[in-house]
Parts: sequence; structure tokens; C-alpha cells
Amino acid sequence: MNALTLYDKLWQSHLVHEEQDGTALIYIDRHLLHEVTSPQAFEGLSLAGRKPWRIGSVVATADHNVPTKGLERGIADPIARLQVETLDRNVVKFALPVYYGMGHQRQGIVHVIGPELGATLPGMTVVCGDSHTSTHGAFAALAFGIGTSEVEHVLATQCLLAKKAKTLRIAVDGRLPAGVTAKDVVLAVIGRIGTAGGTGHAIEFAGSAIRALSMEGRMTVCNMAIEAGARAGMVAVDAATIEYLRGRPFAPQGEAFERAAAYWRTLVSDEGARFDRDVAIDAAALKPQVTWGTSPEMVVSIEDRVPDPAAEKDPVRREAMERALEYMGLDPRTPMTDVKIDKVFIGSCTNSRIEDLRAAAAVVRGRRVDPRVKLALVVPGSGLVKRQAEKEGLDRVFIDSGFEWREPGCSMCLGMNDDRLSPGERCASTSNRNFEGRQGAGGRTHLVSPAMAAAAALAGHFVDVRRLA
Amino acid sequence: MEKFTLHAGLVAPLDRENVDTDAIIPKQFLKSIHRTGFGPNLFDAWRYLDPGEPGQDPHSRKPNPDFVLNQPRFRGASILIARKNFGCGSSREHAPWALQQYGFKAIIAPSYADIFFNNCFKNGLLPIVLPDFHLDHLFQEVAAHLGYRLAVDLPAQTVTTPSGQVMRFDVEPFRKECLVNGWDDIGLTLRRQDAIRAYEERRRASEPWIFS
Ligand code: SF4
Repeated sequence: MNALTLYDKLWQSHLVHEEQDGTALIYIDRHLLHEVTSPQAFEGLSLAGRKPWRIGSVVATADHNVPTKGLERGIADPIARLQVETLDRNVVKFALPVYYGMGHQRQGIVHVIGPELGATLPGMTVVCGDSHTSTHGAFAALAFGIGTSEVEHVLATQCLLAKKAKTLRIAVDGRLPAGVTAKDVVLAVIGRIGTAGGTGHAIEFAGSAIRALSMEGRMTVCNMAIEAGARAGMVAVDAATIEYLRGRPFAPQGEAFERAAAYWRTLVSDEGARFDRDVAIDAAALKPQVTWGTSPEMVVSIEDRVPDPAAEKDPVRREAMERALEYMGLDPRTPMTDVKIDKVFIGSCTNSRIEDLRAAAAVVRGRRVDPRVKLALVVPGSGLVKRQAEKEGLDRVFIDSGFEWREPGCSMCLGMNDDRLSPGERCASTSNRNFEGRQGAGGRTHLVSPAMAAAAALAGHFVDVRRLA
Repeated sequence: MEKFTLHAGLVAPLDRENVDTDAIIPKQFLKSIHRTGFGPNLFDAWRYLDPGEPGQDPHSRKPNPDFVLNQPRFRGASILIARKNFGCGSSREHAPWALQQYGFKAIIAPSYADIFFNNCFKNGLLPIVLPDFHLDHLFQEVAAHLGYRLAVDLPAQTVTTPSGQVMRFDVEPFRKECLVNGWDDIGLTLRRQDAIRAYEERRRASEPWIFS
């Protein structure tokens, strides 16, 4: 028998049909929906007089546009409100059984609620009209983002047209030093292979350092596979995967769970399976990471300085660096620890799970946010994360330190609601994209881990969280 | 979907790597529930000096004279040349919608982000991949010649320059067939309903929890 990669197994088990040129029809098990990329898909479905194929596959929520405070007042922006109301209406019109709309206790960022409800299971294909669907690959699912036409295609047919990707194994071996987290791992990976490094590939994150991560940590890593250019990132099933899912509301229960788990345990790459590419990373050598530019690959360690474009030989790249530094308002060779910040954002589908909030709270407990910081926000990823954190008293820790404690949603990750940066403002953010204007027109984003964001909030500039005694 | 066979048009250059979908169409415009109306806000933050908000009258905006698409010589361009990893970032199909509604029919770049690439085909916008050395040459030619035009022939898989130089490009046969014929993907897939149902039956037996 051929040794198969995890990706090969997931691909083969979902193949419905294959064309001559390798274009395949693959079956979709779980379809996650949110308000931004679905309205045109539902409209298309209606116009063609088509019906959803399997409404039981859909889990829908509102996350991008929802306000994070004053929920009782609803959404002030009429255009954003109409978008959320359109989803409300489509849920009724198409009889979608699972919808966590604004204010529901299970509402939250689509990539946070899928796993925490057990709606994401090993061996599934999971899609959503959102590029960070790669997050769900942490459960050995084949999970990837799709466009709105494809959302409509999945609604109508439960299938997608796709071509098999190449495989890339990123093995992170060794022990992560204290203060170095899943976020630092994935930022370092992107720094190493570049934002197009994974294009055309499905990434499997492997190695002892990945296996030592919690499920939350694995989700953080897979979440940013797309920032490395890969539509899908994944991690093989192990005991942690199965224990995380036990008892979750959408997971099978009792004896059925054991039966499912027996199958899930086979969802690993076989010994000797061949990958198209291999990258090895030494975990012990990693340091906390901070981005300095306007692409996630523009990243250095907290011990480093802002790079100097003069040292770059490739002219296209040099110009990109110069443009990024100008946008970011940074001088070459500035130590990263000298970079002062205006705002702090702890949240997003990358880092808003309970473990992220615990890590940030552990840093700020009993200390104060630096008075120069205008706003320090904590936005839990979901209603369930929020309640869990409150049960543990984390909300008090944050509020006592000078953070604002908000309602769940995407919030300042992309600033479609009121939470955003003003032109020129600099933010330590636990989100995933530092593109120009991402967090607000003219805003300057530095991507970091939750612990590093918390430390920066206390100091008013970036600091090495490992030196914070 | 709109068919794509032959197209000849004016070329505009966007000499940047990693042009992301936030730059192509900023998030405030994603609040729309419609499929059209995105053209005026293509590259909004680069194209205008004033901040863009949904619902503005495009004529009241302050264009940024330094942005390449605002130069009179590129008015009416329908082919965009760009650098590597074009369309990276989010899955928003609003990005190809905006490019198309602005007037672009084809893009030529050395590489694209996967989701964006896919989204283009779903909308009849042709993303052509040519190697770096061809693009270096095209960027030079566009800079040197006013009114520089290219002719794209999808059935023949060629791009032809005004001087008659022919550059061949690859495209997956299935995607090409769909585009050349303007086929509706969903209609095609629904022809395989029986195969989908049979597949579901098999999975229901082996992994019943997926369907519960
Ligand atoms: S948190 Fe940010 S990246 Fe994640 S789904 Fe929301 S907007 Fe997208």
C-alpha cells in the first residue's frame, strides 16, 4: 500500500468525480456562513430558482459587522445593519437550522465557534466564504476559504470544483522557549517561506513542537496558513484532538463518539508518506515575533531592528520595503523595542480563544496599561469564550489594568464595525493581517502574540515579554 | 457567466508585489449586499486622496494624481499587469468584481493568491500567468509607449504585443472550457446529482455523524 499524507486521505475520502485534467468534484461536509460573503450567494440561488442541497451542513453567524458594545442599541450604520438583517432573513427564507445571530449566547467569530461547538470534526471538509477557514484544519479537517460564487455552488450542490493541491510539510521540532507561543511559530514560518511560500500547497504542520501545542495553539497556527499563501493548513489527529471534542454539542456522543474517534485516529500522515516540499524549523531557536511592515512576511524578532531597505538587492523588493516603512512611519534600524504604540487589540480568529485571553491576563494581572496608550481592547472570540473568561475572573483582570472588555466579534481585526484605528495610529494587534488600512484607513498594524500585545500595553512600546519579570 | 475568448485592450501597469484584496477593495465597501457597484472604489485608498465611504458620489472625490490608474494615458485600460502574489489576503469576491466593474477583462502577473485566482474564473475575468522576464519586458514597453495595447487569445492561449511578439500562457483545460463557453458551474455540477447522492449514501454508512 502506498503511504499517504493526511491531505491525500482527506482528499480521497471526499472525491465525488474527477475530470480528465484532474479537476475534481469534492463533497463538502460543513458549510460555515457569515453576513459579508453570503448575501450575493443567496440572491444567486434565488434568481436561479435553486434550493440549498443540505441545510443541515450549515452553521451561520454574524461576526464581521457586529458592534462590540451597546448591543441593545443595534447596529448604527444602516448599510452594515442591512447586511446583518439580510442574513437574518436568508436564514428564515432558506430554513437554515443553525444560526447564532447578534446577541445569541453562542454568537461569535465563525472560526472560533465552529470548533468550540464541535461543528468542526476530524475528517470533514469545511468551507466558508472567508480565507481564515484554514483555522479548522487544526482538527485534521480539510478546511479552506472560498469566494461568494463558490458559497453559492456549495449551497446548491454540496460540492466544489477543485484541483488537488501540492503538499508541504512544515515540521517544527524541539521545545518552544518560555514566552514563545503558537503565534510566534506561525509568524516565524511566514517570515521564512514568505506570503506566497505556500501558494498552491496544503500545509501540514507537524513535529514535536506542534504536537505539544494545545488545540487553541494549533488553531492559531493553521489560521495563518493563508498568510503563508496556503488555502489549507492542517495538523494530524492525536489524543489532544479527541479530548478537545469529547462532549461538544455538535460532536457525536457516547458510543457514537468512540466509533468516530476510532476513525479519526487514522487521520495522520502515514509513516514514509512523501510531501512535495519539506521545511524544518527548530523550535528552540524561536523568539517572540513582531511585524514591522505591511505584509505578514515583514517580520522580525523582538530583539531585532527594523530592516534597512538599502541592504536589499532585489529592486522590486527594496521598493516594497521603502513603501512599507513610509506607510508605517518607521526609520530603518530602529530597535523594535523603541517603537511606541497608540492602541492594543487582543482578539480576532487568530487569538481570541480562552487560552489566548489567559495568556494575556497572566501578563497584565496587577499592572496598569501605560497612560500613553489611548485604547486597549479585549474582544473575546465568542459568547462562550466570554462567559468562560468571566467565570475565571479574567474580565476583572483586564478591566482593573485599564483594558476595555467587549462583546464578541471580528472588531478591530478589520474594522468593519466602529472599532478601528485612525490615520497614523499604531497598534499592537493579535490579529493576522497588517495590510495598509486593514484596521482602519491609515492605521499601522504590528502583529504579535497575545502575551506580547499585553506586554506592549503595559510598557507603551514593544517589549520582550520574556524580560518582563 | 460572461464568455471570454478574444480581447484586445489598453494596458495599465501596477508595479507592486503582494497587492492584497484589502487594497483592491477596502472593507467598508464589503457591506453591500449587491454584486455590482464596486468599480468606483477599486484601489480606493490609493486612488483617492479623501477617505472613501460607501454611497459617495464618485465625482465628488479627490483623485490622487500620483496613482497610476489616474493618469490620463491609462484611462480606459482593460488589461492590468502586476507583480507576484497578486490578490493575496481575504477571500472577498468583491476584489474581482471591482476589477471587472472598473473595466478590466484580464490581468497578467507572475503569480496569484489561490482564492483570488479561482474567484476570477468564476466571473469571467482572466488571470494570466506569465514568467517574470515577460513581465519585466511588458512593464518597460508600457512605460515606453503611449497607448500600449495587448491582444489576448484564450482559445490559443496567447498574448500578442503590438510588435507581433507572441507569449504563450498555460491554463487548466477545464477552466478554459468553462470560460470560453461561459458555462455555469452550478448547472454543470447538478448534472452529476446522482453521483453526489450515491456518494452521500456511502458516507452516511461510514461516517453517520457527519449527517446528524
Ligand atoms: S477575525 Fe478578522 S480575520 Fe478572522 S474572520 Fe473576522 S475579520 Fe476575518
